Amino acid sequence: MIPTAVTSDPPEAPRLKGRGTPLREQFFRLSLWASLAIGVVFLAGLLTYVVIEGWPRLNSKLWTNFPDIIDPSNAGAQSAITGTIWVISFTALYCLPTGVLTAIYLEEYADRDRWWNRAVEINIQNLAAVPSIVYGILGLGVISRGLGFGQTVLTAALTLSLLVLPIVIISSREAIRAVPQSIRQASLSLGATQWQTIWRQVLPAAVPGMATGSILALSRAIGEAAPLLLLGGLTFITFNPTGVHSQFTVLPIQIFNWISQSRAEFTALASAAIVVLLVILLVMNSLAIWLRNHFTRRW
Amino acid sequence: MTPRAVRRRAAPGSPGFLKRSQPRWTERSVKVLLVAAALVSVLTTVGIVVALIPPVVEFFGKVDFGEFITGTDWSPLFEPPHFGVLPLVTATLVVTVIALFVAVPLGLGAAVYLSEYAGHRVRGIFKPVLEVLAGIPTVVYGFFALKAITPALQRFWPGDDPPEVFNALSAGFVMGIMIIPTIASLAEDSMAAVPRSLRDGAYALGSSRMQVSTRVVFPAALSGIVAAVVLGVSRAIGETMIVAIAAGGRPNLTFNPLEGMQTMTAFIAAAGIGDLPTGSTGYQTIFAVGLLLFAITLVMNLISIRLVRRYREVYE
Repeated sequence: MIPTAVTSDPPEAPRLKGRGTPLREQFFRLSLWASLAIGVVFLAGLLTYVVIEGWPRLNSKLWTNFPDIIDPSNAGAQSAITGTIWVISFTALYCLPTGVLTAIYLEEYADRDRWWNRAVEINIQNLAAVPSIVYGILGLGVISRGLGFGQTVLTAALTLSLLVLPIVIISSREAIRAVPQSIRQASLSLGATQWQTIWRQVLPAAVPGMATGSILALSRAIGEAAPLLLLGGLTFITFNPTGVHSQFTVLPIQIFNWISQSRAEFTALASAAIVVLLVILLVMNSLAIWLRNHFTRRW
Repeated sequence: MTPRAVRRRAAPGSPGFLKRSQPRWTERSVKVLLVAAALVSVLTTVGIVVALIPPVVEFFGKVDFGEFITGTDWSPLFEPPHFGVLPLVTATLVVTVIALFVAVPLGLGAAVYLSEYAGHRVRGIFKPVLEVLAGIPTVVYGFFALKAITPALQRFWPGDDPPEVFNALSAGFVMGIMIIPTIASLAEDSMAAVPRSLRDGAYALGSSRMQVSTRVVFPAALSGIVAAVVLGVSRAIGETMIVAIAAGGRPNLTFNPLEGMQTMTAFIAAAGIGDLPTGSTGYQTIFAVGLLLFAITLVMNLISIRLVRRYREVYE
């Protein structure tokens, strides 16, 4: 309840007057907003372009047929799609356990004052920013030719695992760090051993965060083409992989191959394959975001 | 603390005497397993170095180091071969500079907007968009640069000589867009780490939002921002698919961004496709250029890691 005497202004009430927003401020705000908007516009343009270009080829031929250099109108990407599934499955098999175990070591066991633990940490940060083509050189020199695994699904999966391992480690560490210390102390005080505490308390609580990071890492691996160029993933592969020692191709490599062809039909084919690739990645990313929003606990 | 030490301190038979019921073999083996996993990443680095060094040593047994560093002609796979790496280095430089011209202002602008201006809802819309931009495969960016950006540039070019089909300009531009999320998210992190009280103090003195952003938050977060830019540089230098697709495969010693040129990464990719026999000089050039690339990005990464650590120390 406000008395009427106060609501009506006294005749000589001192007032603080704003000078309004200066033009400079407005311009600054606008240019900041624009720098964000340019990214959005670019993304919209890119998506529109590939969908329009690829529309005529977005039919079932794309996943039922094999690549065909002579007749692009009947060519498909079946070998690339199955190859992607093979390579990514084995990548997950190799890099997820390794990444999670490394994260547990660094967060729960490692003494951060020891130089070797700090070295491991810096090493991982550095590996995260090593160009992917350098991993291709590693795969070519050591895994493919050095160990004699050849240009196979196994080589590709190992190379990609090493490539995305730092991402898995860093995100798993963050998930483990988010579990409050009191949970561990409670478990330890009830007589659980350190590993029992980790296995029964810390890991279950950290799984959603780890899953989010792992999905993002795998979606990076799915889109990666550069290291696989060095591992011989470029030849026209007209068969599905039959095992880890089989030759292979994957979607990004197949797309790169089609981009290099000059005929217009191949541009449409590449666009259609890009749409498929982007849909896969979008689904994975949404899954990751959903996981993060749905399962994240506030302690 | 060893079990022996425990036993000595509490008298056996006394009520306070705690004895371990069993040796914890599980605990020990788990720890061994964890250390082994952590070693994989160390071994990766060792593997990279081991993969690079021997072929490079052999390479420099055949090729003069001086020619490699200062030579202006790069044609290692032709007869007679020339091994001057400068054209690849200048091409990498040109593309990187173009990418940074796009990515640094836009990335930092986006970061300042998200951290200082945007409300909850705007941030909720734009952050996922940036995440999607970061998640797009680079082969897609390359495709878009070659098939959409370059034709558009050629069509609307104001001058007399439009860009070539393969050119550094559209590759660099698209690469810049690709790097925006890297710079934006790291820079935003470091701006978010600037304490609220600094902003409040500035506002209390009558500063406007622009003044707070540019004169308080930006300088306070500077080392993190510089780290973000350095990381952006190293991503631009290391990016392969965009340049392999859109910038062309012709080694070309020029600073004209309208011409096609081959970067270090694009050369490695092109030579790798060729399935060169192990031990040939052509095969070894992949590793020589790879080592140069690895060394450059390693220095960049170490600078970036150092800078990030510094700003974290200040405000945590």
